[in-house]
Amino acid sequence: MLESSVLFSLRLSFQVAAVATFFIIVIGVTVAYFLAQRNFRGKELLDMLFTLPLVLPPTVTGYYLIILFGRNGLIGKPIYAWTGWSIMFTWHAAVLASFVVALPLMIKTTRAAIETVDKNLINASYTLGHSEFETAVRVILPLAKRGIMAGTVLSFARALGEFGATLMLAGNIPGKTDTMPLAIYSLAGSGEWSQANGMVILLTLISGLFLYFANRYSKRII
Amino acid sequence: MGLSVNLKKKVNGFSLDVAWEIGNELTVLFGYSGAGKSMTLQMIAGLSIPDAGFVRINTSKLFDRSKGINVPPQERHLGYVFQDLALFPHMTALDNILYGSNNTGKSGRRESAMEMIRAFHLEGLEEKYPAELSGGQKQRVAFARALMRKPYALLLDEPFSALDNPLRIEMRRFLRDIKNKFDVPIVLVTHDVTEAYTVADTLIVYSNGKVIQKGKPKDVFDNPWSAEVEILVNSKKSL
Repeated sequence: MLESSVLFSLRLSFQVAAVATFFIIVIGVTVAYFLAQRNFRGKELLDMLFTLPLVLPPTVTGYYLIILFGRNGLIGKPIYAWTGWSIMFTWHAAVLASFVVALPLMIKTTRAAIETVDKNLINASYTLGHSEFETAVRVILPLAKRGIMAGTVLSFARALGEFGATLMLAGNIPGKTDTMPLAIYSLAGSGEWSQANGMVILLTLISGLFLYFANRYSKRII
Repeated sequence: MGLSVNLKKKVNGFSLDVAWEIGNELTVLFGYSGAGKSMTLQMIAGLSIPDAGFVRINTSKLFDRSKGINVPPQERHLGYVFQDLALFPHMTALDNILYGSNNTGKSGRRESAMEMIRAFHLEGLEEKYPAELSGGQKQRVAFARALMRKPYALLLDEPFSALDNPLRIEMRRFLRDIKNKFDVPIVLVTHDVTEAYTVADTLIVYSNGKVIQKGKPKDVFDNPWSAEVEILVNSKKSL
C-alpha cells in the first residue's frame, strides 16, 4: 500500500526535519546561551525577532523569507548573481522554512533551562580557572541538557509538520519538494482519500511515537 | 606577603567601604548577615567589581580601579568555597576535584587529584555524585577542589553553615589542618560567634558595610571598641 510517492514524501520529510534540526541545535543553543548569559542592548528585541515565527501565520513568515531569499530578494539576489543558484523551489528551501519556524521552540526552552542553572556553579567554574567557553560546554550546557533535549524534540516535530512557509518558499512540486504535509494537501485537494488517509495515519503515528519516547527520556533525566 | 584590600562599592542603597591587610593567617570576617562580608569575598575573587579601591595578593595587583587593572576571576588563582558548596551535580567527586585543575598534564592532574582524595579522606568515594555524599563529605570535596590549583589564598563563604553542630566542630579542626598544610591567607566569612572565636588568628568585625574592629579574637572579645561590637560578641560571653 505504500506507493513510491508516499515513500518519497516520507523520506523527504525526515530529511528536511533532520537537517533543519541540526542547524536549529547549533544556532538555537548558541543564541539561547547569549540571550540567557549576556546583557546587551537590543537583547529583548532580538529575542522577539526570533520568536515572531512562533506566532505569525507561517504564510507571513514564508512571505518574509521570499523577500529575503527569493531570486530578487535582499540576500537571494546577490547569491543568484554570484552562483546562478536560487534556493527557491528546492528541498533546501523546505529546510530553511522549517528552520525559521521551529527555531523559536529551541531558543525558548534552552534559554529558560540555561537561566535556571545555579549562578554559583558558573562562578565556581570561573574561580577554578575555566574560561567562559569551557564553562558553557562543561557546566552550563550539561546542566541545561533537559531543556535542550525538549527543545530538540519539539523543533523536530514542528519541522516535520511544517506546511505554510514551506509551501510559499519551496512550492509543492511532486517528487521534489512535496513533504508529507504538502502531499496530504495535494491528495485531499484531488480527492484521493485512501492515499491521504494512509499518510495522515502514518504522520500521526510517527509524531505520536516520537513524543512518547521523548517524554519517557526527559522523565528519566530529571 | 599576604592579602591587602581596599574596597568601595554602592549597590541598591547599601554602601561598602572597607580596607584591611592580612598575612598567611586565618582571618575571620565576622558580623550579621548583610554586613558586606560575602560581597567582600566576591570582590576579592573578581566575581563582583568594586566602584573604587584595589585588591593585592603578595606583590601582584588583582584589581586597581585607578590604574584600570581588573584581572578576570579565572586568572586570580584563588580558592573559593561557596556557601552552598557549588559542587557540580553532574560530575563525580573525583571529576569535581579534577575540574579544579586545568593546567598540568593529564597524568599529573590525576595524581594530584588522588593526593587530594587521600588528604581529605575521600577514599572510596571517587565515583560518587554529590547527591550521594553526606554533608561533611561534600564539604571535603569542595575544599579539595578549591585547593587543587594550589591557590594564593583561600576564600570561604560560610561553608559550614549547612552542617549540624557536632560536624561543625569537626570542621573547625579540619580548617586548622588545612591552614597548617597550605601556607596561604585564609579568609572565612561567618556570623557564628563561636566559630569566629575558635578558629580565627585575626578577627575583622563588619557592620553595615564598614570594619568596626580588627584584632586577635581574644582582644576583640575582651576589649570591644564600641557598644556595637560588644553586642555582637556578647552571645559568646554568656556561654
